[in-house]
Formats: sequence, structure tokens, C-alpha cells
Amino acid sequence: MKILVCISNVPDTTTKIVIGADDKNINTAGIQWIINPWDELALTRALELKDAGKISEVVVANVGTAITEATLRKSLATGADRAIRVNTEPADAWTVASNLSEVVKNEPFDIILCGIESSDHNGSSVGGLLAGMLDLNFISSVSGLDIENEKLTVQREIDGEKEILETQGPVLLVIQKGIAIVPRIPSMRGIMQARTKPLQIVEATSSESMTETVQVTLPPEKGKCKMIDAENAGEVIRLLREEAKVL
Amino acid sequence: MNFEFTEEQLMIRQAARDYAQRELIIDVLERDEKMIYPARHIKNLAELGFLGMLVDSRYDGGGMDTISYVLAMEEISKVDASVSVIMSVNNSLVCYGIQEYGTEEQKEKYLKPLARGEKIGAFLLSEPEAGSDATSQKTTAEDKGDYYLLNGTKNWITNGNTAGTYLVVAQTHPELRHRGINVFIVDRHSPGISVGPHEDKMGMRSSDTHSVMFNDVKVPKENRIGEDGFGFKFAMKTLEGGRIGIAAQALGIAAGAYERAVQYAKERKAFGTEIANHQAIAFKLADMAVKIENARNLCLKAAWLKDNHKPFGVASAMAKLYAADIAMEVTTEAVQIHGGYGYVKEYHVERLMREAKLTQIYEGTSEIQKIVISRDVLK
Repeated sequence: MKILVCISNVPDTTTKIVIGADDKNINTAGIQWIINPWDELALTRALELKDAGKISEVVVANVGTAITEATLRKSLATGADRAIRVNTEPADAWTVASNLSEVVKNEPFDIILCGIESSDHNGSSVGGLLAGMLDLNFISSVSGLDIENEKLTVQREIDGEKEILETQGPVLLVIQKGIAIVPRIPSMRGIMQARTKPLQIVEATSSESMTETVQVTLPPEKGKCKMIDAENAGEVIRLLREEAKVL
Repeated sequence: MNFEFTEEQLMIRQAARDYAQRELIIDVLERDEKMIYPARHIKNLAELGFLGMLVDSRYDGGGMDTISYVLAMEEISKVDASVSVIMSVNNSLVCYGIQEYGTEEQKEKYLKPLARGEKIGAFLLSEPEAGSDATSQKTTAEDKGDYYLLNGTKNWITNGNTAGTYLVVAQTHPELRHRGINVFIVDRHSPGISVGPHEDKMGMRSSDTHSVMFNDVKVPKENRIGEDGFGFKFAMKTLEGGRIGIAAQALGIAAGAYERAVQYAKERKAFGTEIANHQAIAFKLADMAVKIENARNLCLKAAWLKDNHKPFGVASAMAKLYAADIAMEVTTEAVQIHGGYGYVKEYHVERLMREAKLTQIYEGTSEIQKIVISRDVLK
């Protein structure tokens, strides 16, 4: 069985975001790019399944420009067998999904994993769109995955409970936290081997996007915190009523 | 000049940072307090390849350059210098020494398990009366024809109990003084070896430091490294490289304390505002940042010289001297910025301050580094 893990290239989660001069994008100067945390967990689980002999090949794919190659090579260093980069700006979820769908049409996979969202745009759309475009079986919020004799056991998080499903490939799974405990760290050997693993660049078949970013803004700054002594509880009521006007 | 790191170097730094920040941080305080050896972490770091990262891939090492090693040492040391000293001794003293000067047979038999981290190495040079004056070796290695007989005591041995492979420096020809010294690869479990109690140290308490006693220990002739009398030169050459590791460790200790101080200064309020807004604190942070950047550049230059096969002995002495001294200064200021909280264990900076002190002492005291540097200045 072959797994495709779809990888988003996102700013490090500790990045202090600065809006670019066009007001439509963030300023990428000095940003450290990482694998989207949900995708990294999905990749970790795919590699665990490969280590257990249940998967024959783990491939990672990304839609993005050359800037994303460091992220793809880190995926290779972590243990992916090869990488595919579709060379276009990932303008929106539609662009990403339509280009990934071409990758899968050219080379079928038994299991496709997409992180539930990307930590930059939080769109939560690519997995669903991709499954739709490929007319694939689709399971969301997957927090556990195992394979026995080509049968997939999938765990889902639902309201206050866990749900266990069985299915078989081909299937697209949208991955939630819990699929792996901690992301795998690349070994020295893996980092050296990443140089020689294939990183295939394919041209985009579509640069069509369905949305246009008009403006991005930073959230308003948090208001200053006022500390009030415990014995002065009445003051809290007064401030909530007169300043915050919430009472 | 090129100050850019390669993609691989950045990946290695990130891998070390991820391991330190996710894993080492979990139990570092408990291990420090109770002097618990970091066995789980050493096993994990071995699997990731950090323990033999400088060793050629032909001998099962990572085949990484010294710049990558500096980056990894800094990140691990930001969180836990007890772990980074184990990594440093294994990589830049024991593995480096065998790879550089050992025979093919020695490399096959001893270097490969060390590079894979299956065995840990220890470097046995210091003695009760031979620290900085390493020529005064009292441990003897008597030539008995087809083997050597080792007798004597070694002090302050990092990995003294956990190591599987020792590199032991001993005197074979006392009349030749330092030219009579040899170095041997010794199996730690050889009959006649006994290990003293775990030293109750001020800092780096999670690494196991011991005295090691040799009582008629037989060492096969083929375990001597280099020609007869090569031992002192071997030790000095190996320590040149080792200094880069300890310099990077000191840098990491300083940077770890600095990062905590910056974070604390942005959160802690006094006189109605975050203390970072007070010039008294902001200027301290500026001074710390400059010192750390200087130390980092010295470490990386020494590493670059070594990677490019240029003389690096003076550069590594400068890096170690400066990084160790500023580690002491920066960690002390980090405690000061934290105020009372800095003086309790929960906030880590007092531990980093205790760890910093050792970097001025081991693998050549600051005073020894000044001898190396001043001899070069005055030659």
C-alpha cells in the first residue's frame, strides 16, 4: 500500500506576524517555515506504519513555489521516500486541491492524508475538496489509523466520544491531533539521505483560484489587564458595568 | 565570507532544538536534583545519530561537519548541559581520537559501536595530581611484551560508570616524561577496573562523573593508539577539537539563560510596566545578546577552520575561553533579571548558572586557554 501525505508549508508557530505592504499577504521576510503541525503528525503516523511493514511507500506532496523545498526535504529527512512539488503559488484551497488532484490522477494512492487545517490560514478545506474532486471515500477528524490485511481501522473524535470505523483504500483521511503522539524528529542519517531522495517538480495544471484575498489584518491588541485586590470585589462589578459595559 | 547555514545544518539545528525543547525539558530538573543519569535520552539521541554525528559514515557515524555539531551542541545545552557533555565527550574526544589516529582494526572494533551510540566513550586523562599539568601522569602502563599492565587512578571522568569504552592516558617511560606517555583503548569491564562513587557535583549533576581505579589491568598491545610515546600529543590534539564542543556547550548555556531572561522580562511587571521596559533590564539584555553573538561567532569560526582542515587550536582556545566566561556572566545576569524567582530551581536559570561554572574548568581551564592563546600571540 502507498500513502500520500499532503504537506503545507507554514510559518513557524512562534512567528510574530507582520502584514505586508499590499495589505493582502503577510510579510515573509525572516520567517522560518515549517511543516504544518497536523501534516507533520500525519507524516509521523505514515512512517510508523511503514516501519511496521504495513505500508510500502510514503510520498509527500506540496503545492508551492521553490520556497517550500526546505520543508519537503525535511519530510524526506524524517523518512518519506520521495516528494512531489507542484510549482505554483498556493493561492487558495481550490488551487491546492485541484493541483493535488492531478498528482493523484497520475499516480493512484491507497491512502491520502491531509492535515485537518493549516496553522496559517486555518481553511480546513483542502482535504474535503480533494476528496470531492477525486470522488474518493472521505473520513474527517481522524485521530487513529491502523492497517491489517489491507483493512483500515480508523478512529474519529466525535463529541465527547471516540468512534471506530473500518474501511479500505482508496480513501482520503483528514487528520486530527492524536494520530501520532509527537512528530518524528529527523535523524542524522535521514538528513544525509534526504539529499539523494527524489524531489520531483511538476508544473501546475491549474492556477485557478475561487477566492481573492482583499485584505488581511492583525487582530486588535489585547486590552490592558487591570488587577483588583480580592477584598475589593465591588470594584469588579463597577468596572464591568461602567467601563466594559457588559452588565 | 558566507554567514548562511546550509539546509542540512539548519535541519540539524532544528532537530536538536525539537528534541531538547520537547523531551529534555520534561525531566531536566528532577535529573539535576537527584543526579539521575539520562539513560532514555542518551538512547534516543543515539538513535537520532547525535552521539556519533562527527564520525565518517563509513564507520556508522553521521558524517556531519563541525558547524552542524556546534549548532546541535548549542541547542541541547540550552536545556541540559548534562546531556550535551555526554554527547561532547563521545563525539569530539573519544570518537574523534579513534577516527583520527586509530588503526582500521580499532575503528572497526571500537569506533563503530561508539558512533552508533551503542557504547559510550570516556576520556581518562585527569588524575588526582594531574589536571591542568597533564604531563605529570602517575598512572603507569608497563610494557609486558604482548600486553600493557595499567595501574593508577583517574579523576573527574565524565561517563566514568556508563562508558563501555575508555581512552586511558598513562605513562610508559617515566624517564622520557611527556614523550613516554601512551593512550590505550580499554574495555571498561576489564578485570582490575573499579569505579568510585558518583561525584556530587555543583552542576551537570545528571552526567555521571567518577574516579576510575586501575589495578593490574591487562591491555592488549594492539589497543595502543599510535606509536609508542604518542599519548601526550594525542591528548593535546584531541582536546583541541574537544574545546569546540565545550565552547558550544557554554554558548548554549548562555543562550538558554538569555532566552529565559528575555521571556521573563517581557512578562514580569514592576513599577506599572513589564521590566523589559526599564532601561536597567533592557541594557542587561543588550549586553547579554552581544556577548552571546560574539561567542557564537568564535565557535563557528573555530568549527569552520576545523572543517576546512586549517589550524584551529588557537581559535578553539579563544572560543572556549570566551564562551565559558560569558556563560558565567550571562547566566548570573539571567538570575539577577529573574530576581527571587531566579534563585529557585523551578525557573532553570540557577541551574544554568551552576552548569556554566564547569565550562571554565573542564577540558582545559580558562587559564590554560590563556596559555595557549598567549603563546601564539608572543611566538
